[in-house]
Amino acid sequence: MNYKSLGKFLSYKLIRLVLLLVAVSLISFLLIDLSPIDPVKSYIGEVSVSPEQVAKLEAFWGVNEPITTKLINWLGNLLHGDFGTSLIYRVPVIDVISERFFASLTLMFSSWLISGVLGFVFGVLAGMHKGTWIDKAVKVYCYILLAAPTFWIALILLMVFSVDLGWFPTGLGVPVGKLAENVTFFEWLDRLILPAITLSLLGVAQIAMYTRDKLVNVLSDDYILFAKARGENGWNLIKRHGIRNIILPALTLQFLSFNELFGGAVLVEQVFSYPGIGQAAVAAGLRSDVPLLLAIVLFSTLFVFCGNAIADALYNFVDPRIKEGESSE
Amino acid sequence: MNLRTKTLLIISLTALILIAIVINSFFIEASSLTTNFPMRNMPPSFEHIFGTDWMGRDMFTRTLKGLGLSIQVGAFASIVSTIIAVILTFVSRLNKYLDSFVNWLIDLFASIPHLLVIILVSISLGGGLFGVIIAVGVSHWTSLTRVLRAEIKQINTFEYIALSKSFGKSNLWITGKHFLPLVLTQIILGTILIFPHAIMHEASVTFLGFGLSPHEPAIGIILSESMKYLATGAWWLAFFPGLSLLLIILIFDLIGDNLRKLLDPTKAHE
Repeated sequence: MNYKSLGKFLSYKLIRLVLLLVAVSLISFLLIDLSPIDPVKSYIGEVSVSPEQVAKLEAFWGVNEPITTKLINWLGNLLHGDFGTSLIYRVPVIDVISERFFASLTLMFSSWLISGVLGFVFGVLAGMHKGTWIDKAVKVYCYILLAAPTFWIALILLMVFSVDLGWFPTGLGVPVGKLAENVTFFEWLDRLILPAITLSLLGVAQIAMYTRDKLVNVLSDDYILFAKARGENGWNLIKRHGIRNIILPALTLQFLSFNELFGGAVLVEQVFSYPGIGQAAVAAGLRSDVPLLLAIVLFSTLFVFCGNAIADALYNFVDPRIKEGESSE
Repeated sequence: MNLRTKTLLIISLTALILIAIVINSFFIEASSLTTNFPMRNMPPSFEHIFGTDWMGRDMFTRTLKGLGLSIQVGAFASIVSTIIAVILTFVSRLNKYLDSFVNWLIDLFASIPHLLVIILVSISLGGGLFGVIIAVGVSHWTSLTRVLRAEIKQINTFEYIALSKSFGKSNLWITGKHFLPLVLTQIILGTILIFPHAIMHEASVTFLGFGLSPHEPAIGIILSESMKYLATGAWWLAFFPGLSLLLIILIFDLIGDNLRKLLDPTKAHE
């Protein structure tokens, strides 16, 4: 591998990332500032306080200061790694993020893996047997799942497996009456399975459809005809000439899907009350927890960016055809 | 019956269904959604084919009303997003700097998770139905802009564009006479393809609790309400409204696919 070009690629990506994060923080800050949200009100909640205390709080947060001062303060704090204090959880934002992001990443990674493998297998099967009932079944599955609202599928699964069959607990990331630290691995796994399955079911559709179309395309190429003429057939033919050609584009697509994966996770976490970043984002949005919401926007942008960058790197450095093209320049 | 007639027939029939749902939803008065406590939590029957909810309201009527709202939001979002996409595409054609700016803008918006963009914009507009509709409307232009920009770049390499330029035709003239006719298909298809995304996002955001008040009959609201009654075994509250939304989205996919067959000359013979 060409380390010099890889280094160049990485530094280019790093600069882009910094610019992106600056732009995202500016835009989201401006959007929030435009909104009629009153941080003091959302901090106070239902408690009754005197006007003097309100004035004190307003002074503390600098509510009435001009936007430039507020922005500079916030950005300055960000540079020191200080994201502020969450108004609804009453702990530093960074703690909420690290705890929740870990839970969400487990959920997203497991479903990403399952959906990638299953989707690829389904896609290859459908592409190999184009026009047969296997192909049709995969296609119908994909069309329906691509059109199905995420949260509806989640509701249906919750209804069937948790309410009717009772196999899984209904909601709550932690069993009632237990502290988060004392949860055993299996109790935690029990609550991960259903959300992960939901996300996987939905993720399968996109990748299967793509793999199928790619494989059908590849199989109609001349070199496949030639390979067949040489006597290759069946699984060997697919393995040697099909899979090798489609695995990289499929993997790239899977990395590009981080944006939808995050969106899906938000909805699924809400339905299953899974204590992840998505649930925190919704709570922060609904209850006007500005510091938390802004931090979640930044971190999720970082997450999506990583997926896109990996896809780019795969395309530029792993694909043998493009690697060769570069070195011959 | 040849393929063309068949395609046209499918498009007009499905479009008719959608229009009927929207028009019908205007005539569903609040009075037909009044509470009817003796009839509450009834499973589906011939009288109430989607069952009734905890206040005895007919779920079929509520679902229809919700679908009407969804389609209207979808229509608004598709049109607004298409307009933004077209403007950005033609702005990007003006010069090199604007082109990289538009490219950067696409990257920027594609990097923030879409659901969060919608939540942020709707909050900044003060929430409510208005906030959600605008947020869904202004956030769906990225994919179409990307497609149009790629298309424009390709057309730009054609010889007759260079020829037109050396004939002294103005930029505006070339855009109108050479570019627009070629990308019109993409624009129309793009508008249709935004529809299902917009509908899904509107339902998702309202499901999460942003925007609409809990009494509004939107599909997202109906489903989030149904979550409270799942444990009591009222499966019909969630099943049918979600299924109807799925069908509407499938209808849009069908229209999109068939319209592509009609409009895209390169695929006309498949």
